[in-house]
Amino acid sequence: MSLLDGLEVGQVVAERAFPLTRDTLVRYAGASGDFNPIHYRDDVAAAVGLPGVLAHGMLTMGFAVQPVIDWLDARGWVSDYQVRFTRPVVVDPQVGAVVTVTATVAVLEDAGARIDLSAKVGEQTVLGKAQVRVTAF
Amino acid sequence: MNPELTERAFAPTAPYRVGREKVREFARAVLATAPLHYDPEAARAAGFADVVAPPTFPIVIAEATLQQLLAEPDAGIDFSRVVHGDQRFTYSRPVVAGDELTATLRVTSIKTLGGNSMVTSESAMTDASGAHVVTSISTLVIRGDES
Repeated sequence: MSLLDGLEVGQVVAERAFPLTRDTLVRYAGASGDFNPIHYRDDVAAAVGLPGVLAHGMLTMGFAVQPVIDWLDARGWVSDYQVRFTRPVVVDPQVGAVVTVTATVAVLEDAGARIDLSAKVGEQTVLGKAQVRVTAF
Repeated sequence: MNPELTERAFAPTAPYRVGREKVREFARAVLATAPLHYDPEAARAAGFADVVAPPTFPIVIAEATLQQLLAEPDAGIDFSRVVHGDQRFTYSRPVVAGDELTATLRVTSIKTLGGNSMVTSESAMTDASGAHVVTSISTLVIRGDES
């Protein structure tokens, strides 16, 4: 089935909960090369006035688009992706954090669609203007 | 912040060779599950030469250009006050393992708002043939003394 068949504005195409632990942050630090200690050291986070160790914004941006890629299932690709980092994700050393991502069709285009993402911890939104442009192969 | 940064020419970075294992490592780190990030056969079935990098992978390459910006002696950027404000990737085609990408930095805007500075920069990445692949656009917020 082609990407655009039956697609409607407002349709939720994917939803996924991402449980994060400190291990997730250390793995992202290593893979990305971003070793800012506010992402793994409580003492450094506290010293700069943060409420705790934070997930890298780029980690949140990185996984938030994954439900869209799974939905695409190689019928298209992500040709544009943007987010605004509106609220930090605090990752507790014991219980971690859970970010819930919902992907909704916002605009239908000739060769694809704009999918808007909602990323929340509890009721609080952590990404603003999170927009993915998908283009059919 | 030094407003003259917007007119400055930055040297292109050394070519970055996108490796298959690096793509897999990055894909695992962003909790990716789609086979075309891991399995060259799945990537080939979708029409790619090798495994496809996740959409945010170019930040690894853009990081080198952001370091160029932060290293400018007259930039007036205190790294400990920098917060990532927003981020965008605009693609001409997906990045795949085997690509050799060169990034060139351009500072596109510097604004001051309520004691904070906002610097927006673009890293345009081209492949070995010189064709555009992706541009990474970052806005960094540099918090003022009072915040």
